[in-house]
Amino acid sequence: MYLSKGQIEHESYDSIVDECIEKHGEFLIAILQDIQKRYNYIPEDAMRKLAKKLGITLRDVYGVASFYKAFSFTPKGKHVVTTCTGTACHVRGSSKIVDAFSNELGIKPGETTKDLMFTHETAACLGCCAIGPVVVVDGDYLPKVKTTAIRKIIDGTKRGAAILEEEDQRIFPIQVVCPQCNHSLMKPEHLVDNYPCIHVTISFKRKHGWLRLSSLYGSFNIESEHDIPVDTEVNFFCPHCHAELVGSSTCPECSAPMILMLVTNGGNIQICSRRGCKGHILDI
Amino acid sequence: MNIKIDGIRVDIPEGFTLLEAAKFLGIEIPTLCWHEGLSAWGGCRLCVVEIGEGERKKMVTSCTYPVEEGIVVHTASEKVVKSRKMILELLIAQCPTSRTLQDLASKMGVIQVRFDPKWENCIYCGLCVRICNEQMMARAIGFVNRGNKLEISTPFDKNSEDCRKCGGCIYICPACTLRCQGINQDNVLCNACYNSLQPTCISNEDNYNCWMGLKNECGTCSKEESKNI
Repeated sequence: MYLSKGQIEHESYDSIVDECIEKHGEFLIAILQDIQKRYNYIPEDAMRKLAKKLGITLRDVYGVASFYKAFSFTPKGKHVVTTCTGTACHVRGSSKIVDAFSNELGIKPGETTKDLMFTHETAACLGCCAIGPVVVVDGDYLPKVKTTAIRKIIDGTKRGAAILEEEDQRIFPIQVVCPQCNHSLMKPEHLVDNYPCIHVTISFKRKHGWLRLSSLYGSFNIESEHDIPVDTEVNFFCPHCHAELVGSSTCPECSAPMILMLVTNGGNIQICSRRGCKGHILDI
Repeated sequence: MNIKIDGIRVDIPEGFTLLEAAKFLGIEIPTLCWHEGLSAWGGCRLCVVEIGEGERKKMVTSCTYPVEEGIVVHTASEKVVKSRKMILELLIAQCPTSRTLQDLASKMGVIQVRFDPKWENCIYCGLCVRICNEQMMARAIGFVNRGNKLEISTPFDKNSEDCRKCGGCIYICPACTLRCQGINQDNVLCNACYNSLQPTCISNEDNYNCWMGLKNECGTCSKEESKNI
């Protein structure tokens, strides 16, 4: 059973240590495993009591407990997310998954979130290299994890179980350039939906600022310097040549002007300039 | 038990280790993590010897290997000397400030360290852990963590109640004895003692008489001569 931090501090470890010793005798690792299962970590005082009761020095208990990575001396989160960083998973980009978890949870590998919900760990190899990159959430193995699925995994875990949904094949990242100056509009240092964003400058109602669009085709996530009210028609400009990115046609859904950008692999994409409208035309 | 060390046949009682047998014969084997009064550990690997003959030769640590009937031991074969030098190079790369290691290097003729120095202050020989455990009966310090995070510490890095501050760990530590702070103190290898052990004939202008009576045999004179030319 999982206990909150406050409960642990007030509890005495005598009974649980006695219980474990009765169950396992003098087998230290088994006792430590039971204590860890009970508290989600091994409290210092429990180890002191254990050493006293087994008649061995604290040094020996601590030496064994620190040897195994499975034992933790700091409280672990309710959910443990382990990313495999073994060779097979590494070449399939598991380091990006680790980074994505770090970004999403705001903690480095080996740390626990402040609300004690998630512990983020890495493992050297989980032994199932064929389905890599692998993420293990509370004992469930998730195969072929992609960075775009990290958010879903975390949300799913919070709700109960992490289920890796089949990825929508219609969602894929695109790269675009300005149709006037041919400069790339991509900004790799800023990620939206974990992909490099499309960076343009905009103006509406005498306001000027930057706008970052998700480069995932099918995603409508944006980041903007100013809040854009819904139904506002926005003018888009190239940040390099300052030419307006304006298309020839109008939106098939709301007949607002369309924004034109060239796709690097050939073709062009037009998106509706009205905030809130999802009208777009992809021509490859 | 009849064993043969470096060609010498000798009768050694059962239960002795190869190192003890060699010491009994006066054959010197360099040691670092071995200490009389403490249990053998076999951690530093400096005391390696070659046992067996022909195809079945293998290297073992003499401090932990018990004597066997009819065993053939080579304590200073070419392979043994080469691997000891390599081990010492690795140890010095870990902790170049240790006087014990530098002295061993001078003694064994290690004149280069081909590894990046780490300037750590521990070589994990385990002497302090064993003296605390076996002689001082305190069991205050021990090995903590594993692999590249291994360190010697008290539990939770706090002052231990078991520690009586006897200082035995510091007394026995080979890394705590710092090397002499000579002109080469920033070098990985000081070799000052090695250099001072060189024949004095270097300063002799006409090398008619080597101090050891070995004219031209050690090669120092001819090296000097070729430099002058």
